[in-house]
Amino acid sequence: MQRREFLGALGFTPLLSVWPNLAFAAAPASNYQNLLLLVELKGGNDGLNTVVPYADPSYYRLRPRLAIRREEVLQLDQRTGLHSALQPLLGMWQAGELAIVQGVGYPQPNLSHFRSIEIWESASQSNEYLADGWLTRHFKSYPVPSAFAADGVVIGSQAMGPLSGTGARAVALSNTEQFQRQAHFADDVAAQPKNAALAHILKVEGDIVQAASGLTGGRVLQTEFPKGAFGNALKTAAHVVAGKAGVAVIRVTHNGFDTHNGQPNVQQRLLKELAEGLVAFKAAMQEINRWDHTLVMSYAEFGRRPQENASLGTDHGTANAHFVLGGKVQGGLHGMAPNLSQLDGGNLPFGVDFRSLYATAIENWWGLDARGVLNGKFPKLDLLRA
Amino acid sequence: MLRYLAISICACLWLGTAQGAGMGYDEARHLLLRTGFAPTQDEVRVYSALTRQQAVDRLLAETATQARIVAPAWVEEALPPRREIREMAEEDRRMLQRDAVRKGFELRVWWYREMLETPTPLTERMTLFWHNHFVSSLEKVKGPQLMYRQNLLLRRYALGNFGELLHAVARDPAMVVYLDSASNRKSQPNENFAREVMELFTLGVGQYSEQDIKETARAFTGWSLDRESYAFRFYPMAHDDGQKTILGRSGNFDGDAVLDILLAQPASAEFVVGKLWREFVAPQAPAVEVKRLAGIFRSASYEVKPLLRALFLSDSFYAKENRAALIKSPVELLVGTARQFDIRGIEPQLFALAGRQLGQDIFAPPNVKGWPGGENWINSTTLLGRKQIMARVFRAEEMPRNVSVSAGEQGRDARIERRLAQMNSGVFDVERFFSGFAGNEAAQRVQIEKLLLPLAPSQAIEGGAGAERITFVRLLALDPAYQLK
Repeated sequence: MQRREFLGALGFTPLLSVWPNLAFAAAPASNYQNLLLLVELKGGNDGLNTVVPYADPSYYRLRPRLAIRREEVLQLDQRTGLHSALQPLLGMWQAGELAIVQGVGYPQPNLSHFRSIEIWESASQSNEYLADGWLTRHFKSYPVPSAFAADGVVIGSQAMGPLSGTGARAVALSNTEQFQRQAHFADDVAAQPKNAALAHILKVEGDIVQAASGLTGGRVLQTEFPKGAFGNALKTAAHVVAGKAGVAVIRVTHNGFDTHNGQPNVQQRLLKELAEGLVAFKAAMQEINRWDHTLVMSYAEFGRRPQENASLGTDHGTANAHFVLGGKVQGGLHGMAPNLSQLDGGNLPFGVDFRSLYATAIENWWGLDARGVLNGKFPKLDLLRA
Repeated sequence: MLRYLAISICACLWLGTAQGAGMGYDEARHLLLRTGFAPTQDEVRVYSALTRQQAVDRLLAETATQARIVAPAWVEEALPPRREIREMAEEDRRMLQRDAVRKGFELRVWWYREMLETPTPLTERMTLFWHNHFVSSLEKVKGPQLMYRQNLLLRRYALGNFGELLHAVARDPAMVVYLDSASNRKSQPNENFAREVMELFTLGVGQYSEQDIKETARAFTGWSLDRESYAFRFYPMAHDDGQKTILGRSGNFDGDAVLDILLAQPASAEFVVGKLWREFVAPQAPAVEVKRLAGIFRSASYEVKPLLRALFLSDSFYAKENRAALIKSPVELLVGTARQFDIRGIEPQLFALAGRQLGQDIFAPPNVKGWPGGENWINSTTLLGRKQIMARVFRAEEMPRNVSVSAGEQGRDARIERRLAQMNSGVFDVERFFSGFAGNEAAQRVQIEKLLLPLAPSQAIEGGAGAERITFVRLLALDPAYQLK
């Protein structure tokens, strides 16, 4: 889209009221008003008990104690069903706004939490070490208009993840009101010191000053969010989106998926929080007419081992199922269903490289080129409606 | 003009010391700040007169293996056996959990009190270092008694022998629970401990294969806890005593044999040295220095003191480019501020809550890799949190109790902030503080700035020499340079 067209289009949409500053921003031919919300399922969610291959006898053989019984599954088709705690998402599934991508992973998988999340968040090869997060690299190539409050906001985690490294305007916060209250402690210092630690602190101060001014004066949301850390994180995310200047990306973290033991109760609770939180987030986005401009993607360092362990849990695995949802999403099952009779060293082979998800977001959602940041061409997925 | 004169007089005084036999003010301040918590003016003065060697030997001679602060009485109470917990009514189990949360909080307060009062801050820094190396967390271990015992273990070996510590940690009940050794059986090995012992405790990532992990897990099968007492116990029936091949060596290894194989790898010494370098010297460890120090570490049979002595006496430790190159951890910031300014009457609970809010919840690191530290300590949330606490300690704003957070606000962070706002943050006696510095007002201010900041302030002090004393101190503590060490 050319700049003139973009501005023109903006003028005739209700967006203008929400995004007054954008009309004045030097907008490139990008669609950063399309929000990307990344949801990290930290610890490595067990995909097989989330998106359940309930018709596969191998599934029950591998998980004599842990498998979800056929009659408890929320059936999506003849062989795939959802964990019952995800019931709240069925509305979006039926509306065709929920895509499930199965078999997401990468070649030569690493089973360490830290290394594998690093691979995901830096979009590197398995044996390649990149200093910056994939979004940091992307925003360096395709800057977000300066009228935005920040390039990205990280909520509920100290780690900047895909926004780590230098060059992007990334802000971490846990609560927008608290952030506003404290922001006066930060100063915008123009100095560029040689001392790297000091330079880092000064940059954070500058980002705070800008974000604080951009997150004020937005719409007040009525939507109620579920209690708990994840519900709060999504509520904060919704407040950020409702702020007057907005951001291009938000990453929220849902903690606790490293279920080496006692998995059933833990996962039940976590998935319920996930589903209820996402439903509330959709309602909040609808409240401000932003749902059609919202793309939610889940990710995690890895899936879990198909064979259950001795402690009523699962160990680190490889390929995993992930959720993509939003007002423009092409719902349904995507990717590669798990083939439990052809495991590789006990683990699931992957069918979709995770960088295909990133390519889809960058190219189809933002209308930008992903080849540079991903260092290659990854086939895009058919996840968005025109 | 007067002020200029005063500055030059001070500068001469310092130069005088620096040219004498001692290491001088700057190096002494740097050494104490890096190896402990922020020092007082008196402490710096004492160390200024020592040579580097004398100073480092003194630090290492004064370390302790036991805590001074008496632990809460419940640390000796027995934990209910797991079977009992399983069979408890839901209500009782929730009570037990609430009780554990309260005790966990008391445990944090106990450690903070130790850090505040210890005459050997290096002991605490090293105990913290091992807590961040051999990570376990209350979040998973649940039994605060076990985490207390692990702290005693880390403290006992804090400056002892790394190899012995590694063997002891592998049997430590909190660790056995934290990394699932308890459920690692011959019939169904659990790889959690095996992976982390190589990736995070010894070799470092990339120095072993997935197959090595599988074989190592087999060697540790049967290492578990007594079901009643939670003491370490080996269950021969659950142990796989078959042939294993680990890092190219084959044999009927048990867990101890594997740990010795890991310790025999040069990579293990280098891994630990690299981490200590980043803790004490600079964010990047040069390969040549790591190799040299790892050689010292190994020829000292993994004794920590000779290694630290070499590290603290290395030229790099004092090099200009490495000064102020590290960011204070939340614990260093909080404890250091309380000690350096001799702030009295702070509720010790405040430290536990503030530490958590700033991203370092002691006894509960975020995951098995621990706190990543360095620049990761500072993001927009934690930087504002740090400044808010400093502003409060130095009374930037009369802290409106209760009002700072709207009552309806949800979530743990808001709860913590509310509780923090209600706590007594102690009294800073600015007049007493100033009286510790010689000379007239201007000279005192120059010295204070030099004690507090490892490099020049980023912001000009508003009102300059004319600012009120408390304002002057507060602005220094709010300056970005105050976050550095």
